[in-house]
Amino acid sequence: MVSMNDNIDAILSQHRDAKRDSLIPILQEVQESCGFLSREAVLKVAKHLGLPAGKVYGVATFYNQFRFQPQGKFHIQVCRGTACHVKGSAAVLESIKRTLNVEAGQTTRDGLFSLEVVACIGACGLAPVMCVNGEFHAQLSSDSAKDIINNYKKQEVKS
Amino acid sequence: MTMNLNIEVNGKTIQAKSGETVLTALRRAAIQVPTLCYMEDLLPTGACRMCVVEVEGQRNLIPSCAYPVADGMKIKTHSPRVIRARKTVVELLLANHPDDCLYCVRNRNCELQKLAESLGVRERRYTGEKSEHKIDSSSPSIVRDPAKCILCGRCVRVCEEVQGVSAIDFTKRGSKTVVGPAFNEGLNVSSCINCGQCVMVCPTGALREQSYLKEVINALKDPNKYVVVQHAPAVSVTLAEEFGLKPGTDVCGTMTAALRSLGFKRVFDTSFTADLTIMEEASELVHRIKNGGKLPMFTSCSPGWVKFVEEFYPDMLEHVSSCKSPQQMMGAIIKSYFAQKEGIEPGKIFSVSIMPCTAKKFECQRPEMLDNGIPDVDAVLTTRELARILRMRGIELGALAPEGADTPFGERSTAGKLFGATGGVMEAALRTAHFMITGQEMDSMKIQALRGLGGTKISHVKVGPLELGVAVVSGLLNARKLLDDIRAGRKDIHFIEVMTCPGGCIAGGGQPLGTNLDAVRSRMQALYKIDREEPVRTSHTNKWIERLYKEFLGEPLGHKSHELLHTHYAKREAVI
Ligand code: SF4
Ligand code: SF4
Ligand code: SF4
Ligand code: FES
Repeated sequence: MVSMNDNIDAILSQHRDAKRDSLIPILQEVQESCGFLSREAVLKVAKHLGLPAGKVYGVATFYNQFRFQPQGKFHIQVCRGTACHVKGSAAVLESIKRTLNVEAGQTTRDGLFSLEVVACIGACGLAPVMCVNGEFHAQLSSDSAKDIINNYKKQEVKS
Repeated sequence: MTMNLNIEVNGKTIQAKSGETVLTALRRAAIQVPTLCYMEDLLPTGACRMCVVEVEGQRNLIPSCAYPVADGMKIKTHSPRVIRARKTVVELLLANHPDDCLYCVRNRNCELQKLAESLGVRERRYTGEKSEHKIDSSSPSIVRDPAKCILCGRCVRVCEEVQGVSAIDFTKRGSKTVVGPAFNEGLNVSSCINCGQCVMVCPTGALREQSYLKEVINALKDPNKYVVVQHAPAVSVTLAEEFGLKPGTDVCGTMTAALRSLGFKRVFDTSFTADLTIMEEASELVHRIKNGGKLPMFTSCSPGWVKFVEEFYPDMLEHVSSCKSPQQMMGAIIKSYFAQKEGIEPGKIFSVSIMPCTAKKFECQRPEMLDNGIPDVDAVLTTRELARILRMRGIELGALAPEGADTPFGERSTAGKLFGATGGVMEAALRTAHFMITGQEMDSMKIQALRGLGGTKISHVKVGPLELGVAVVSGLLNARKLLDDIRAGRKDIHFIEVMTCPGGCIAGGGQPLGTNLDAVRSRMQALYKIDREEPVRTSHTNKWIERLYKEFLGEPLGHKSHELLHTHYAKREAVI
């Protein structure tokens, strides 16, 4: 099996003489391949670019797109685009956070759910929406979002 | 460059140089404009907008720290509009700030508090959701309290641009922004070298020293403890400032008296073991030169620097002198020689040191600094903490008659005292190395090229038949540059003094807050004055040092010295 570290090494070897301006593209590739940016990954990228780890971590945390925990079995993307916002996505997000007891970018302790906030999924007609492992859930309310998550939970307990 | 421009400020004409910022011109003319993110000698970021002024013909206010002067410019520095803008900046900062002043270590010495006061903030106009933060007290030296952080970025810049460490940076964004170490971890596992320079520049109580006052106070009231204290060379020339005296006032005598009235049984002068360090270190240098040992040799008395090498340049560790620092040497002989002489069980001695430094708190807890499980030094207080306990006890320096330090470690040479400033260790060491190599004293004790506040000073000194290349650096970014040169093959330097803090211990991370370069210069002059005026100017002519070798240690680099006064360092894993 290819380990996560091998993946990172492979990516870094394709950016041999990379400079500081390659930081974000490299981080994106690493996340693409590993699903998240592990502590190890950040340290390796920092070393490769000759940057302090704190700097790389600082830059990475500046952008919402990077996550620092592995994705859960169910990866929830909540849309916070304009259309969804107007239709109350803030309340939906709050409700999901409370139900799962995580912040955006985090994964629940049991590894079941991870939460991501995205700018716009392009499903504005269905607003507010969320997407769980690629499956869309439309016209949400705080309550329906909570029910949907609880259904995934039940489904998991049965299987 | 000449003053070639005229600008009008508040109706008066002042002169300016092209290329400089508005703020620089204003400051030269003694016109006060408040700043927060601005740092002398570093490039402006223009982030906080505290320094705004009004320029005629410009629609927006401009940040004076980042804006170049232009001929004929008309500026208003305190118009109602400007003041309103500054006040709003402060009010917004306070909206996300705890109302903690009464309990805060920076109470009455806080830039944010001062600004709020001077701008007449009297009510909370903005109430926002306050961010929640945990205090990071994982480090033996530094405490981070992000709730009080106003994100000015000064600490981040000093850590990166002066110290070359980058242990902390901005993380996250928007209202979630936090300044801290990588992975949101504790400072103790970061690359932080504990220098405290971030504390020196922090305008608020967000960064402060880890205080051991409680431990010291408890020891002082414990009848089973024999509590002794040592004070570093740079403390006696800075403590005065905490009590409103002029920078550069030497209060060694009254400070000694004050320490006795606090209840310390013995007061030792660390400058004495600075002399001892010189005996060992100069011997080590001569030994390395004669026996083809690793050169250049680096000094090892600055614990921030030692940790820096362990983390960033582990391949160069063999270049670092094996000598413990004067603080640790003093600690070691207190709990051996002194304890024996006085018939006190070493475990009963509680050994305190007053240091200009936060890294010394880390150093005394290092496992290398234990002897059979007993630490050489038990607790380190900074100059600031000493001032705090003196105020708490109502002890007035000015009301005391000066007293001398305690024998058997009483008398120091002036060479030992010079340890307090950049270049001082080198001068002291060269005086003694010269004698060891040639059997004669140097013609002139003072080595001008190594004096002053320059960050990198390099010279070639004749020592009998040899020409020694010597370098003095302070501020670890300067050390980094020199290390890189040496790694790349630079060969003309044999001996290098490194002090972590720019300017040396007189500007250490434990010194009085809110001072400036002029104060540091006066402190330096105070040390030079002592060196000029006293008769014993070399460590090897210090009779008490001679006696210590005769009665107890044997000879420099001898068996006993090795056991008590030397150590070695190893590669250290940290998040770098
Ligand atoms: S940092 Fe300054 S304003 Fe904030 S609580 Fe402390 S003294 Fe008050
Ligand atoms: S103590 Fe020194 S090394 Fe540590 S964070 Fe502060 S400035 Fe950086
Ligand atoms: S910790 Fe202090 S110096 Fe650093 S950004 Fe915050 S307020 Fe500024
Ligand atoms: S001091 Fe000028 S913008 Fe901060």
